Amino acid sequence: MSLMGFAKVVLKNLFTGPVTEKYPFVPKVYPQGARGSVNIELAKCIFCGICQKKCPTAAIVVTKEPKAWEIDRLRCISCNYCVEVCPKKCLALDTKYAPVTITRTTDKFSAQPVA
Amino acid sequence: MSERTIIPFGPQHPVLPEPIHLDLVVEDEKVIEAIPSIGFIHRGLERLVEKKDYVDYVYVAERICGICSFIHGLTYCMAIEELMKVQVPDRAQYLRLIWSELSRIHSHLLWLGLTADSFGFESMFMQSWRLREYILDIIEETTGGRVIFGSAKIGGVRRDIPLAKMDEIMKKMRVYRKDVAALCEQFMKDQTVKHRMRGVGLLSREDAISLGAVGPMLRGSGVAQDIRMTGYSGYDRIGFTPITETAGDCYARCMVRVREMDASFQMIERCVEQMTDGPIEVKVTGNPNGEFFMRSEQPRGEAIYYAKANGTKFLSRLRVRTPTFANIPPLLTALAGCQLADVPVIVLTIDPCISCAER
Repeated sequence: MSLMGFAKVVLKNLFTGPVTEKYPFVPKVYPQGARGSVNIELAKCIFCGICQKKCPTAAIVVTKEPKAWEIDRLRCISCNYCVEVCPKKCLALDTKYAPVTITRTTDKFSAQPVA
Repeated sequence: MSERTIIPFGPQHPVLPEPIHLDLVVEDEKVIEAIPSIGFIHRGLERLVEKKDYVDYVYVAERICGICSFIHGLTYCMAIEELMKVQVPDRAQYLRLIWSELSRIHSHLLWLGLTADSFGFESMFMQSWRLREYILDIIEETTGGRVIFGSAKIGGVRRDIPLAKMDEIMKKMRVYRKDVAALCEQFMKDQTVKHRMRGVGLLSREDAISLGAVGPMLRGSGVAQDIRMTGYSGYDRIGFTPITETAGDCYARCMVRVREMDASFQMIERCVEQMTDGPIEVKVTGNPNGEFFMRSEQPRGEAIYYAKANGTKFLSRLRVRTPTFANIPPLLTALAGCQLADVPVIVLTIDPCISCAER
């Protein structure tokens, strides 16, 4: 590389600032349509269990009695298949990832208040 | 004659993150022979086809490799589509082509970084991965995933790219094309790079053919063979010509990849110009029956998917032959007679991806 070319790169890099984002001081902006974690709008859900049947990693468990929808966040691969097949369109993928955990727990959403 | 010693290389090695083990038989500093052993990360993904139905298996096929994931999923989908006699809509084929070429660019940029790093050119590693990050951003915006695209499905694609988005992406791509070309020029014209790569790891045209080399390894030895020439997934419509170099050394293989990156940018541009509106998938019903060989061109070379179906929703056999596996015998020939210090460079010019070679 010639000296002139080298000087050009140095000058450019001096004035453009860092390429990396200053996470966590600057929050990460996810693009629209990024596949993050699955969310459910429980009021619309009819507990048909299609999402459970179609889930390729068997992360979702749906029970009719009592009405409940459970997801194992560590099994979920955010493939969007459950969202595609949901007849009531009550499932949606958030652009954000599921929060970090250190234990394998399931997120349970229940239609009736838990006693 | 000096004494022969065996030096183990890998599966854990500072310059090579891929778990391949080579027993290097050396005389002083000269490698006489290399004896490979693989199988450290076998996951049994082909067997899984008996437990996952043919629609769900797309997700597994995509996870065979973390770099060329989309093309793995795509090849599997195309094999099943051929079995089921499904005609994929034009727009879906063009979208598949765009994502295939994007994954080729990001894979070659990753390889460029690793190869530069293998002989201590660390700033090149940093810069090429910076550019790769922009390509990954485009992939994330269009498919929703950075590494696992998850957009190929049997009968078409899962997502469309809207027109406004496409324009925005093309605008960015034109800038990135110039950046990548400038970066590659710096790499290929560098005196040290030329010194380390010219005449090193020679593979003759005859050896490349007889040992079954694939991809840039084969084209670097002067054989114009590329599976994209068969015209799958719309490649026949955008005027594809394979890129070849004749020297057969490490430098020629690098040159092939560098020129391929530029060709990929061009292909995406032509593809966007030709694309018309239309459906992006067809509904697939029934179960596959029969057997089929599907071939596709991955960043590392030709991948073969053999699928055998029996009329149920579970396939009875799936066999994947990945490019790295085919490139191991030519690699051993290229290693014979080289200097010990050149081993990492030669291994990296085949662009090894052992996790997909072992599945």
